[in-house]
Amino acid sequence: MLTVIGIMAAGIFLGYLLRKKRLAFVPKIISLAIYALLFFLGITVGANRDIMDNLGTIGLDALVITSGAVIGSAFAALFIYKRFFKEEKK
Amino acid sequence: MKGSIIIVSFFILGVILSYSDWIPQSVIENDITIYILYLLMFFVGISVGSDRTVFSAVKQQGFKIFILPIGTIIGTLAGSAITGLLYGGRSLTDCLAVASGFGYYSLSSIFITEFKGAELGTVALVSNVLREIITLLFAPLLAYYFGKLAPISSGGATTMDTTLPIITKVSGKEFIVISVFHGIIVDFSVPFLVTFFCTL
Repeated sequence: MLTVIGIMAAGIFLGYLLRKKRLAFVPKIISLAIYALLFFLGITVGANRDIMDNLGTIGLDALVITSGAVIGSAFAALFIYKRFFKEEKK
Repeated sequence: MKGSIIIVSFFILGVILSYSDWIPQSVIENDITIYILYLLMFFVGISVGSDRTVFSAVKQQGFKIFILPIGTIIGTLAGSAITGLLYGGRSLTDCLAVASGFGYYSLSSIFITEFKGAELGTVALVSNVLREIITLLFAPLLAYYFGKLAPISSGGATTMDTTLPIITKVSGKEFIVISVFHGIIVDFSVPFLVTFFCTL
């Protein structure tokens, strides 16, 4: 996975050099790559009977993890709002 | 939201085609996803590097602007660790890796699939799509009970695009810069944190 991060770093550098150019095509390529990736992930999942037989468990696991993530981040936001943001707005 | 529906449709289309054996075995075996992932990361890098929002946001708000993304990351990891352990369905590192998607479902699901297989990758996809949907639906409630920053934290990596309109509506225009900056920083942390928790 270091390769991926290295490739992204190269992209950031190139992006920084090209920051004054119009790069309207970049979001389009990103969208197309995401569509292709998710399509191929779907193919892998559909071909895997273990996953297809356990979609209920997978959904429940996902819901549990997300609920914790949302509630945990909401508490962090409440703390930061009270501690750093609220007084200044008044 | 429309963008998410299109993306999820591509996933579901892939599932249906392959589940009904319409995809030749050679396509399933010769996995080209890793090369598309390289392409994606290169262009994500370009969009991050050429984006001057980060610099102008820091200039405008000062370094205080970094507090919220850090809080989101810590709160997310702590919350998902607690519920994950109480529920007991998955290991702690699996829960943390999935939660480290912060709603960036496309990237996190692909990364986790590469490291841990398609099953946890699917958990990551569903979990992170849910995070975006929950934020879109519950932003007003979150702002009411947890303050105006809560919809931003809940939105995770999506607060610079898909959840920005609802955040602007619920929290107010003065939070747009904070929200966009938050999205960029959290977004950027995804590949690092996912890799970290998958290799622990």
